[in-house]
Amino acid sequence: MARSGNNRKRRPSGTLVLIAPSVISLLIWMLVPLAMTLWFSFRRFNLINPFITGFAGFDNYRFLLQDPALLTSLINTVVLVGSVLAITVGAGILLAILFDQPFWGQSIARLLVIAPFFVMPTVSALIWKNMLMHPVNGVFAYLAKLVGANAIDWFGDVPMLSVVIIVAWQWIPFATLILLTAIQSLSQDQKEAAHIDGAGPLMMFFAIILPHLQRAISVVIMIEAIFFLSLFAEIFVTTSGGPGLATTNLAWLIYLRALLEFNIGGASAAGIFAIILANIVAIFLIRTVARNLET
Amino acid sequence: MQLKRRQKLIMTVLGWSIALLMFFPIFWMFLTSLKTEIEAVATPPSLFFQATFDNFRVVQARADYLSFATNSIIISIGSTLLAMLFAVPAAYVMAFFPDKRTRGTLLWMLSTKMLPPVGVLVPIYLLFRNLGLIDTHIGLIIIYMLMNLPILVWMLFTFFKDIPNDILEASRIDGAGRLGELIYLLIPLALPGIASTSLLSIILAWNEAFWSLNLTTFKAAPLTAFIASFSAPEGLFWAKLSAASSLAIAPILVLGWFSQKQLVRGLTFGAVK
Repeated sequence: MARSGNNRKRRPSGTLVLIAPSVISLLIWMLVPLAMTLWFSFRRFNLINPFITGFAGFDNYRFLLQDPALLTSLINTVVLVGSVLAITVGAGILLAILFDQPFWGQSIARLLVIAPFFVMPTVSALIWKNMLMHPVNGVFAYLAKLVGANAIDWFGDVPMLSVVIIVAWQWIPFATLILLTAIQSLSQDQKEAAHIDGAGPLMMFFAIILPHLQRAISVVIMIEAIFFLSLFAEIFVTTSGGPGLATTNLAWLIYLRALLEFNIGGASAAGIFAIILANIVAIFLIRTVARNLET
Repeated sequence: MQLKRRQKLIMTVLGWSIALLMFFPIFWMFLTSLKTEIEAVATPPSLFFQATFDNFRVVQARADYLSFATNSIIISIGSTLLAMLFAVPAAYVMAFFPDKRTRGTLLWMLSTKMLPPVGVLVPIYLLFRNLGLIDTHIGLIIIYMLMNLPILVWMLFTFFKDIPNDILEASRIDGAGRLGELIYLLIPLALPGIASTSLLSIILAWNEAFWSLNLTTFKAAPLTAFIASFSAPEGLFWAKLSAASSLAIAPILVLGWFSQKQLVRGLTFGAVK
């Protein structure tokens, strides 16, 4: 820390030019699309009908708010994000504790557990859709037949659950990896002291491990929440938002309005919605990160 | 001791069961890629079969697979190089010459990562259309570079801070310029950190599937989009889909396994150690 104390006083010449490219490009990246989204959201703008132009006031927002698809997509977004968060964090905590214990072949088993995180979203969605969840030829259908049950038509009967399962499978490794790193920073002394005091495993978990993991858990929740808010590829290759609107989240609704219906104004208004939602999460995340940042 | 041994045995069984369960979909895909198309859709699923590499040969032979793979390589490596060109100098300044604005700048950079892509899909799509960037390598390279830049600056910053300032200061007296110091001293010293940062950037760009699906059609489409094109017609070529998918994920799986530690550092912005 001493060195930053030394350098804080003077800002040497020739440093500004080194940092400027990053700052300027990110500034443009942040401001231009944001300003354009905001601008379009107040315009009449349809890509296939150039005669629709002009200022729309709050019309786009009014139409959006009156559109029943918005409420459905918001509910779907909350259900999707909420349930995947609950599953990944819950499973992540359990797996992190499990993989903190020594066992034979642990490091190889750990590689297998984190593997799904490195599979590109379109591939993992298609593996699940075609090879596991397919109602006729899928592995699950076969297993159901083995126990004498009827095969489930996953994407027809329980589309949202199917998407949740796929996304959870992809992100459990992420939660596990981060929480495992956090658990391993818990000092051995602390654990041993608790042991000597006669703390049972449950007591250990609630009194020591969980409080220690608190910050890591909140970081996992916030980072995942931001990713899940824009969840798109998995829906793109499995359900296309359907059946009906059953798996249409905010991201899919915007895609639908913009690139399939060419309604730029309406899509932009929905985009502003997504940005506001993301910012609520982002404020908390940045605060957590800031507490831990030394410059 | 007997008890400890038993506990370890239970943990081993439990740990491996979960590991195999999590890995099963990937394993099943690899397995399917070695079957014929008829075996691939057979019920009950065939476990013992004559393994064939035909699918891989067929997929490789299709000219378009190679062009999609080439696109993925060009885009992920191109965006990584460009981002590093921007990120290394910025992280160098912030790590070695911090001033009162450094902290704010770092947090602000992080905040640009919070903008949800769907929120800016419309303007980016229109800008790209008007600039003729739809379905071009350079378009995706720019997007991925901007998308990953905050993470890379942040990660490099934490790596650079681990390097003692004295080493750099000694050369400063020798009169090496700022850029000389960066190129001849810092980069060799921080090479492991720079390498793992680049690796993370390649992984993230390779697997990105929001912009690639929306901004490319054919010419510059990477593997994520190519695989997505299999989603419509079902049942007829699972084995080939599996072979293509296996090829698409294998390199990243290996890179990812090597960089798990750095991944935590990069994706949590140093908030979890």
